[in-house]
Amino acid sequence: MKSLELKNLYDDFRDGKTIKAYAKLIKQEAKKIERNINIMEVCGGHTHTIMKYGLPQLMPSNVKFIHGPGCPVCIMPKHRIDHAYILAMQEDVILVTLGDMIKVPGSKGSLQDARSKGADVRFVYSPMECVKIAKENPNKKVIFFAIGFETTTPMTAALIDFVIKQNIKNIFFHINHVTVPEVMEELINSRDEHIDSYNNQIDAFLGPSHVSVIAGAKIYEKFPRVYKRPVVVSGFEPVDVMEGVLMVLKQFNEGRCEVEIQYKRAVTYEGNIKAQKMIEHYFEKASLFKWRGLGNVPNSGWRLKKEFSHLDAEVIYKDVLPIEEIEDHKLCICGDILRGMAHPTECTIFGTACKPNSPVGSCMVSSEGACAAYYKYGNLL
Amino acid sequence: MCLSIPSKVVKISEDKTTCIVDTMGVQREANLMMMAEDEVKVGDYVLLHIGFVMNKIDEKEALASIETYKEILELMDEEERRQVILDDDACENRLKS
Repeated sequence: MKSLELKNLYDDFRDGKTIKAYAKLIKQEAKKIERNINIMEVCGGHTHTIMKYGLPQLMPSNVKFIHGPGCPVCIMPKHRIDHAYILAMQEDVILVTLGDMIKVPGSKGSLQDARSKGADVRFVYSPMECVKIAKENPNKKVIFFAIGFETTTPMTAALIDFVIKQNIKNIFFHINHVTVPEVMEELINSRDEHIDSYNNQIDAFLGPSHVSVIAGAKIYEKFPRVYKRPVVVSGFEPVDVMEGVLMVLKQFNEGRCEVEIQYKRAVTYEGNIKAQKMIEHYFEKASLFKWRGLGNVPNSGWRLKKEFSHLDAEVIYKDVLPIEEIEDHKLCICGDILRGMAHPTECTIFGTACKPNSPVGSCMVSSEGACAAYYKYGNLL
Repeated sequence: MCLSIPSKVVKISEDKTTCIVDTMGVQREANLMMMAEDEVKVGDYVLLHIGFVMNKIDEKEALASIETYKEILELMDEEERRQVILDDDACENRLKS
């Protein structure tokens, strides 16, 4: 091929023939492995691709996907969604957040419900839209409810940077950014209460695509070294996922255990250093962040550094924001699903009491959650 | 949530803080704050995430992947052809004749 065209970046990585060819290669490789290999795709983007393209059907019987916790909307605990709801209901506040948050229910309802009760909630495509909203509403406080993994965190930092440098007085932040390696570690270390043993379901990881664009493949370095789990950082297109799976299997057959990058066109070992510096400048790690479905995960969340607390809505509004955590629903087995110990269809409320329009558990909340993906594409299985 | 869109840079603003990118025919503005100065040029392929350019797509690596996929498909085709011939050779009716 002479030169790259934009359509190549879409079409060639979704090509059905190539997907089938990889299915064949995966079968050949899996035959040489005399055991089951469970591969966790950490990221919700991968889960969505895997289900949309029916990739589980193309896997040999000894290769299975475990759907991980990589959907930042799904894992948001109810008490933090309540924060967004309460902030939105304050008289002089415009609450701004990304569109993904619209329908996510807290204990008081969703932000869509808050809006129907008169709250000024704006769903934006980019955090920078806050600047325009703040200028048009000088008498209001604009609070950006920030969500997302490493991919999205630097964009919040960029807005903070802009607000400080331009001396904008009416933009504030509620930070809910979380990080991936810490939760991967938590999943490996978590104990299975049913059989009283450590969770050994995950044999390897498909590393997230765009988290790794920012943070670099270096963040997975400890998984092969400390936990003996290979990590292959893969792109989000179906051909990327298939190639990533083949690379994982080859590691097992060749007696290797390392971090590899399949998504070389976008991911480097070091990542985007400028973006990483921007995160480190404004944020510090919170000792605990509660993940919906998983509970507290040490060092997995960011918060604003103390010197920027004058921008921190959690500090400014601490008198009205509840700190009590809300337990997950008793019948919900999202925690087990995220740990790879149960399948969405094993849940008694899957598709009955728990549906995409009225989600009970975290995995049904957004289209990137495992249960929502099974609900939408499950008839293919 | 972490999805991003491969796009092509068509214009860079004078102050170099933003650019216009083309995503399969749709043009939109993107912030360049996440990129080093002069890192992004017109004609580059980039990944766009919530209004920001988050990195450049490595053209060589993308082409290398596409080339690999082509080779795999050719190899598979060849294997299939060979299998058809072997099957044909092994056909009982043919051996009799």
